[in-house]
Amino acid sequence: MSAIAVEKLELAAPVRAIRDAMAVTWRNLIGYRRVPQLLVFSTIQPVIFVVLFRYVFGGAIKVPGSIEYVDYLMPGVFVQTVVFGAIATAIGLATDLKTGLLERFRSLPMARSAVLAGRTTADLARNVFVVLLMLAVGFLVGFRIHTDVLGAVGGILLLLGFGYAMCWIFAAVGLAVGDPETAQAAAFPVLAPLVFASTLFVPAESMPGWLQAWANHQPVSVTAKGVRYLMLGDTPQGHASDVWTALLWIAGILVVFAPLAVRRYRRV
Amino acid sequence: MVDAAIHVEGLSKRFGDVVALDGIDFEVPSRTVFGLLGPNGAGKTTAIRILSTVLAPDGGVAEVLGHDVSRSPDAVRRVIGLAGQFAAIDPNLTGRENLRLIGMLTQMVPSAIHPRADELLGRFDLVDAADRPARTYSGGMRRRLDIAAALMPRPPVLFLDEPTTGLDLFSRNELWNMIRELVHDGTTVLLTTQYLEEADKLAGRVAVIDHGRVIANDAPSVLKAQLGSTVAELGFEEEDPAERARSLLAEGHNVEREGFTVRLSTNDGPRVLIEVLRTLDVAQLAPSTLTVHEPSLDDVFLALTGRHAEVETQEEELVGAGRSGRRGRR
Repeated sequence: MSAIAVEKLELAAPVRAIRDAMAVTWRNLIGYRRVPQLLVFSTIQPVIFVVLFRYVFGGAIKVPGSIEYVDYLMPGVFVQTVVFGAIATAIGLATDLKTGLLERFRSLPMARSAVLAGRTTADLARNVFVVLLMLAVGFLVGFRIHTDVLGAVGGILLLLGFGYAMCWIFAAVGLAVGDPETAQAAAFPVLAPLVFASTLFVPAESMPGWLQAWANHQPVSVTAKGVRYLMLGDTPQGHASDVWTALLWIAGILVVFAPLAVRRYRRV
Repeated sequence: MVDAAIHVEGLSKRFGDVVALDGIDFEVPSRTVFGLLGPNGAGKTTAIRILSTVLAPDGGVAEVLGHDVSRSPDAVRRVIGLAGQFAAIDPNLTGRENLRLIGMLTQMVPSAIHPRADELLGRFDLVDAADRPARTYSGGMRRRLDIAAALMPRPPVLFLDEPTTGLDLFSRNELWNMIRELVHDGTTVLLTTQYLEEADKLAGRVAVIDHGRVIANDAPSVLKAQLGSTVAELGFEEEDPAERARSLLAEGHNVEREGFTVRLSTNDGPRVLIEVLRTLDVAQLAPSTLTVHEPSLDDVFLALTGRHAEVETQEEELVGAGRSGRRGRR
């Protein structure tokens, strides 16, 4: 056997886990670079929403309190962007499952956590890019941050955190359905009530009472309120408490869905 | 026992109601090629998936270089290379990047990765396409890249699941040569195939698998000799020379004539064929066409089980569709 032995790294488990996750992240980011459609697709839709709500519907929407509608709208659009972007996590993993790539990964002496960590980290990096892009779009249409740099950064971090948690939900979904088309089809009916029956684009006041309860308290709306608080200051549309509630949601989603996705990965 | 690279004993696996492996045993000596031969759905792929730690067995023992697949899967993963039935490569990465990724994930020393990738790209005739995304590759190129990926860390034990499916003749011969070279250099190869010819060309020993059981375990030449024969068909332009050839060969050979065609069967194909052609040449009865049929997997099955492999395949596929519709593979 010595004739063909090759030198291998003998690394401590945590070091290996990080290295492997970085290798998979690298691989996934190349995918985004080579297939920019995925990126374009996930930014065109929010841009259309910005134009639609800012210029078409916006004039008819009344926001209680003293903030401009565009300032109300943009944090909602940011949240929408990271929520829909999470579908790419499901599609990516389902594709890897279908092509047999996951099977190969499972036969390699790599950390068991690396595939999911690498996938979600790459999607986090993509979200950084997309959120900054949407922020620029927001500035173009008149959105302004009313707090300070700290608030802006905090808002961005909250968005990224929520987007990251959503990626774990969709990691579990992608592995469960095992087919990219199905993953995409399955995602929309789940996301539509979260994104549209929300306070992302319009305040809940005009909604019927039963819908208000849902729209005000579901995690997507709460995150948008938290971002509004961080970027616009304390207004009727976002309080400090919303930031904490959003953080709790993020932690809750991760606690439930990360183990679920990992278990799913071990069994595929 | 001492020098067994792969040791499988009483290995079983079921998917719901379907028994994929019903207690198989086999042993692969180091530095040899061992073939798992059987029709679709016989359990070959299941055995490979268990040995490569991708699938957990229900019962029995599977060891690779002394490491148990259930107890120390990571140790097994460090000594194996796997090329499955479908090219498991990332279509968005270039050929070189695919190999680099596998190099990183198999814990290769970073400085060794690039030279090894270059070497494999050269050997698999992928140098020109090395920096193109793999999605632009043809089926044969993907397959070659897939096998190159399996070879990246120079694994002492290599699993190849139907390695030549989808390869053209040239690539197939190349791969066969490469497998022989690898074994010469000390690699142990376990491959599955549906083709007796392939098992015969490569494997020192073959286990024939049917319905999750090993129904024969022998050298391919022994299997072939057991069941019979190479058939050579000599075609002539007219009936008269055909008949003269038949009567000439009738001494010492098993021949029959049908129209312009003389059919000869033998257990010692190549040698007999040379002799026959020489005899005919001397008698100025050179045939205008010559076809040779080697015994196939189906013939093996017929001899071992009294059933056709083909029919089994269809039944298995119906069962398979019901049980693993999730991904259509076992």
